[in-house]
Amino acid sequence: MTESAVQTPWRAEGPALACREARTRARRTVKPALTASSLLAICFAIALPAQAADGQKIVTEGNADGAPACFACHGEHGEGQPQLGYPRLAGLDPAYIVHQLQSFAEGTRTDDTMQPIAEALSPDEREAVASFYGSAQAAKAEGEEQANDEVLAAGAMLAERGDWSKQIPGCGQCHGPAGEGVGANFPALAGQSGTYIANQLHAWKDGQRANDPLGLMTGIASKLSDDEIAAASAYYASLPVFATPSEGQKGEGQ
Amino acid sequence: MSEQRPDLQTWAVVVVFIGLAGFVGYTLPRHETFAARESAGETATQPDEAAGGDVPADQETSAEPAGPSVGDPAGGPSAANEDEGFAPPDLADIPDDEFGRMVRLGAEIFRDTQANAPEFVGNSLQCANCHLDAGRLADSAPLWAAYVAYPAYRSKNDHVNTFAERLQGCFRYSMNGTPPPLGDQVLIALQSYSYFLAKGAPTGADMPGRGYPELAEPKNIDRAHGQEVYAQKCALCHGENGEGQTTADGRVVFPPLWGPDSFNWGAGMGSISNAAGFIKANMPLSQGNSLSDQDAWDVAAFVDGHERPQDPRFTGSVEETRKKFHDSAMSLYGIEVDGVTLGENSPPSGPRKTR
Repeated sequence: MTESAVQTPWRAEGPALACREARTRARRTVKPALTASSLLAICFAIALPAQAADGQKIVTEGNADGAPACFACHGEHGEGQPQLGYPRLAGLDPAYIVHQLQSFAEGTRTDDTMQPIAEALSPDEREAVASFYGSAQAAKAEGEEQANDEVLAAGAMLAERGDWSKQIPGCGQCHGPAGEGVGANFPALAGQSGTYIANQLHAWKDGQRANDPLGLMTGIASKLSDDEIAAASAYYASLPVFATPSEGQKGEGQ
Repeated sequence: MSEQRPDLQTWAVVVVFIGLAGFVGYTLPRHETFAARESAGETATQPDEAAGGDVPADQETSAEPAGPSVGDPAGGPSAANEDEGFAPPDLADIPDDEFGRMVRLGAEIFRDTQANAPEFVGNSLQCANCHLDAGRLADSAPLWAAYVAYPAYRSKNDHVNTFAERLQGCFRYSMNGTPPPLGDQVLIALQSYSYFLAKGAPTGADMPGRGYPELAEPKNIDRAHGQEVYAQKCALCHGENGEGQTTADGRVVFPPLWGPDSFNWGAGMGSISNAAGFIKANMPLSQGNSLSDQDAWDVAAFVDGHERPQDPRFTGSVEETRKKFHDSAMSLYGIEVDGVTLGENSPPSGPRKTR
């Protein structure tokens, strides 16, 4: 062994020296980098809760990329404008809303108004507005004319029993016995804008909307007559809305 | 083989075989309505009797129907032309009297069994889950076809069953519950509803649309492929793990297909051939007859190859129970699937003590 230096018991040579030098370099860069990134992470952690606020911000102000404020059509609490066919979003499953925004952007759901808006929202922003509306509580917006009893009865029949001569199940067999919706793929219909529901059924029938899983709604809508579309839409529009589940309330709400 | 022509011994075997085949064919029961059924393009089985290997013997004992065959119920409002098959009366035609109230009760029990007969139910299912259109739909085990087929001998319990006893079986097996005692209002209501739907249907006739369609048996059944079919076509509604799907406040909308909340091992749907027929004709919901036969077989075997509550007839030994009640290629009870022998980890049959 060569003569040792004061600090180290042995002097590193060759590969050992290279290793030690690398470790020293690493120590000199990693430690400050770790410190810096820790500080940055703390800053992000403080900033992240603002994402929920971002959802509300986009809803009330729009975003920097030209997406207008959602509330202008969908209402500040997501109650929609039923007579104009702007759908109620309050209480809808957030994953469902996100899927619709993606579909608008991709073109699997055709809408001249929503397509540029959806394109102007980043994926994070879509999640944020969906989450905002998904947990929003809103009284049912009035303004749509209620259909007559005969039409409502026909709609109720379709909702509960369907029309099996055409292999059409009752709507409630997927959308819930009271139209309250099931999971991320079968949205709530109770208290939704009748104009909107009818527009969507026609859209599936006409091939303007093709984002339905397994093509279930395309198949069903294509078998519905215009009268049946009108009846089912009017029936669901006449129902009270459900309170948003996340608030712990059950049953028919506002 | 070096010989060009078969020898005498081989000829003898062939002749005997042909003779036996002819003898068996000659002795098979003939049905008056067979021609009508063929022209309707369907062959109905009796899957509501068969469970895990029991060959339905009921068909052998039905008498020759004297009256008109299917599609021509004399004077009934449900009369439909022969091509369309039997049409049950509309619910609007239920009379407004004591009998009509019982019919309505039966319809309600059928539609929402959980709410209307909870004391007899042990899982999350409704009658209407597997008997579509509230028990009215042909090829979905309609009530009107079952009603006129009883009393009948069932090999499942080796004696002649009344329709009421048949309904008890639904609660015991498919609903994993306790059978209502004979004379209970639940049974009276369901019988009334079935009788109402069967208005004008001929008794003792095997009606087209009865039960689930019988698919030709495939050369082989591929559960792994069935898993793919399930993921693509079924999981959307019935869940990634067959657990079903509920509304936000817990109402079951899409029924569980296996696991502790589904039908138990004694149920007819646990027989792969029954499940395949049901699935082929009716699933995905609203897209009946869209799957190939093979896909239906494969996914049926996949679904039926999972654990579920125990067979109520469990003897204490899985092997013995299989031998007695599931001795068929159409049952995976007692068979090792994915490293586990089905039936060995089944939760006990019947309603759970705490619900």
